[in-house]
Amino acid sequence: MIPLSWYLIFAAILFCVGLYGVLVRKNAIAILMGIELMLNSININLIAFWRYRSPDGIAGQAFAIIVFAVAAAEVAVGLALIISIYRRRSSVVAEDMNMLKW
Amino acid sequence: MTAEQIIFIVVAAVTLGAGISVVTSRNLIHSALWLILTLFGVAIFYVLLDAGFFAVIQVIIYIGAIAILFIFAAMLTRRVMQDTGPQSNSNWWLGALIAVLLFAGIALIFVNWQGFTTTPSDLANPGGRIVQLGLALVSPDQYLLPFELASILLVAAMIGAIFVAGEKKQ
Repeated sequence: MIPLSWYLIFAAILFCVGLYGVLVRKNAIAILMGIELMLNSININLIAFWRYRSPDGIAGQAFAIIVFAVAAAEVAVGLALIISIYRRRSSVVAEDMNMLKW
Repeated sequence: MTAEQIIFIVVAAVTLGAGISVVTSRNLIHSALWLILTLFGVAIFYVLLDAGFFAVIQVIIYIGAIAILFIFAAMLTRRVMQDTGPQSNSNWWLGALIAVLLFAGIALIFVNWQGFTTTPSDLANPGGRIVQLGLALVSPDQYLLPFELASILLVAAMIGAIFVAGEKKQ
């Protein structure tokens, strides 16, 4: 059988890859992709802990469902904001989005 | 090594390679396609964890909706972000350093935790889990409130996305 550690290490690496994408990419859409990678690794952790630590409970699965819903809402609003900014300023570079900075 | 472990290693290697391609690929469309491969790998992990329902909704929601939305957004904003010029910040090494340090910190916490190498117990009645989950999501003394809040969040996100991205009539 696969020990729990494999899943946790895999999810940690995937989370760090997503974090690297969020910190480093210039394109705002690519930053959102990094956030998706991080949310996916969190979901793997939740399901793995449910399976290995409390398979008789349901809390881990219910939590993962909520994470799915939040991820869908987040990406819809995020991409709508990026498209709206692109219309006004013709740019999707995160550094150019400084309208609220003064 | 059992067959399950071999499947795990192969899928993990492919998924991580695809994930690294997502954050390093110069072309945004290629990034989105690598993202689809990563999401498929995560769906296979859900199957290995006896959570087949989650594998199905991973494919439907993430690949069917979110990844397609990414491809649409990448195509709508394609002209300004051509494949020339740097796609990363000038201080990318700082981001890499932070990511590696975070992984080191997580690994340090893991090796000091005694439940780290737990092996799973046999799952009794795996098919009945979906019934249990469905009942838990709508029973008032379990997860009815988070479930309804998620519904309201989705409606609010839908209205907000339509309002923000919609064409304004002057």
